[in-house]
Amino acid sequence: MNEVLQEKKIIDVEQIRSQFPILNRKVNGQPLVYLDNAATTQKPQAVLDAIQKYYSEINANIHRGVHTLSQEATDAYEYSRKTIADFINAKSSEIIFTRGTTESINLVASCFGKKFVNAGDEILVTEMEHHSNIVPWQLMCEERKAVLKVIPVTDSGELMLDELTKLLSSKTKLLALTHVSNTLGTVNDVKEIISLAHKNGTAILIDGAQAIAHTQVDVQELDCDFYCFSGHKMYGPTGIGILFGKEKFLNEFPPYQGGGGMIKEVSFAKTTYADSPMKFEAGTPNIEGGIVLGEAVKWMKNVGVKNIAEHEHELLHYAIAQLKTIDGVRIIGEAKNHASAVSFLVGTNHPYDTGVILDKLGIAVRTGHHCNQPLMKRFNIPGTVRASFAVYNANEEVDKLIEGVKRAKKMLS
Amino acid sequence: MLNMTETKSIAEVEEQIVEEFELFDDWMDKYEHLIEMGKSLPFIEQKFKTDEFIVKGCQSLVWLHPDFENGILHFTADSDAIITKGMIAILLRVLNDRTPDEIINAKLEFIDKINLKEHLTPTRANGLVSMLNKIKAYAEQVKLTRSHKS
Ligand SMILES: Cc1ncc(COP(=O)(O)O)c(C=O)c1O
Repeated sequence: MNEVLQEKKIIDVEQIRSQFPILNRKVNGQPLVYLDNAATTQKPQAVLDAIQKYYSEINANIHRGVHTLSQEATDAYEYSRKTIADFINAKSSEIIFTRGTTESINLVASCFGKKFVNAGDEILVTEMEHHSNIVPWQLMCEERKAVLKVIPVTDSGELMLDELTKLLSSKTKLLALTHVSNTLGTVNDVKEIISLAHKNGTAILIDGAQAIAHTQVDVQELDCDFYCFSGHKMYGPTGIGILFGKEKFLNEFPPYQGGGGMIKEVSFAKTTYADSPMKFEAGTPNIEGGIVLGEAVKWMKNVGVKNIAEHEHELLHYAIAQLKTIDGVRIIGEAKNHASAVSFLVGTNHPYDTGVILDKLGIAVRTGHHCNQPLMKRFNIPGTVRASFAVYNANEEVDKLIEGVKRAKKMLS
Repeated sequence: MLNMTETKSIAEVEEQIVEEFELFDDWMDKYEHLIEMGKSLPFIEQKFKTDEFIVKGCQSLVWLHPDFENGILHFTADSDAIITKGMIAILLRVLNDRTPDEIINAKLEFIDKINLKEHLTPTRANGLVSMLNKIKAYAEQVKLTRSHKS
């Protein structure tokens, strides 16, 4: 009996797959094998239904009407905020709806910069950051005459922690780092790094874009000051994302944008602002996106984040082991703690060529620099082929990937 | 018709390529042919593989060097990706050693007929669209300088 129980998979992949209509699609005459989940995930029927339901039943502008629809839409929007807050163990007032990770980071860079950064101060990022977690800091440093410093990465794709300690100084106002690398799959020891930063009096922002769909995030346990993620990478809609910020910072931040909804009182002499989160949500927001993201979170909770993580871990390690059996395959990023995505190169073949042939076989992977140009430079490669997994991927799809890589290798040799 | 060495028109070369590709009934054979063409692309001289002649795509890089002699434009090119190189080889078979006017007027609709148009969309970001724009721009440019001179 016990053996049977142990053998039973926690995730019933077939059952999960049946909830994703797009997975029935054919691409170039082949059944779609979707392994570009780090770019964006597909959406389950529950999420698609919620979009339909929003527009066919409660569509109205929020936070401004006494009529019933407006009230219902506002309630749904705020209920979703609460659902998301609970999901990462935060308070609703600390959850700001944004367009996505990129906007969340830009918001912090802009507001934190104005309030706390002066000439000669330093901001720390790492060599494995997505461009979204580099460029906003560069812009802010230019404006505030501050200096951007970079924590390097080892050959296996891990952060050099001793360099990090050396780079943290009395001038370091903020450290911005990714929880999980979108290219290398490295899971950074964010808890340890957050504690190092705080001991130094440095604020810390975590880019959670690649973590939120793959690990349980608890912002209180992590004790990070800011945590950012995108709805579309966690089975939710595009154009919606989250910034978690600790109250003590959000209260001190100036507004990000001006407009309706973020004010207490407006006069031409002086305008006063609403409290967080309203202070940071000027104008009519992405109401549908906000509401439906809550549904996506509920869907993830139903499946169980732990189950998702375990299933993906199996897929990832199966894929890595299989890739290694192919002569000439080089894995880029072999961190001990590795999640969700594997990057590789096949001999001297250009990643673009491998990607084109895989596409012909119906296999969707990402090729190129993955918005990590400094990292590609560090490894001295033009880019990689990246396969990234979600809960609906099956072992058979890994097998198809391996077959495809072999076929591409043969054609390109 | 008697002069066998007369160069074929753009339309004729396009027709020839379409016929050539009609022989393949599966995508693998077609791509193998494309890859072979990429391998046979006459290499650009190393000294031209510089930033001056680079066409940056997000996915692959292309180098393109123009020459203009006796009213005819001649290009050499290269790419770091072999499928991109194959596409360059096809495009240059049509566009190489032509007058500026021929190049400016070329519609290149044959790419659609051989089902390789997907490689010529900006979203592919392989540098090919920019390369074609550059070829046309060179043609416009030499045409302009010539009309100024005369
Ligand atoms: C690590 C990381 N950070 C930030 C982003 C940007 O996310 P978005 O484009 O949804 O704003 C991504 C998306 O690819 C990412 O992988």
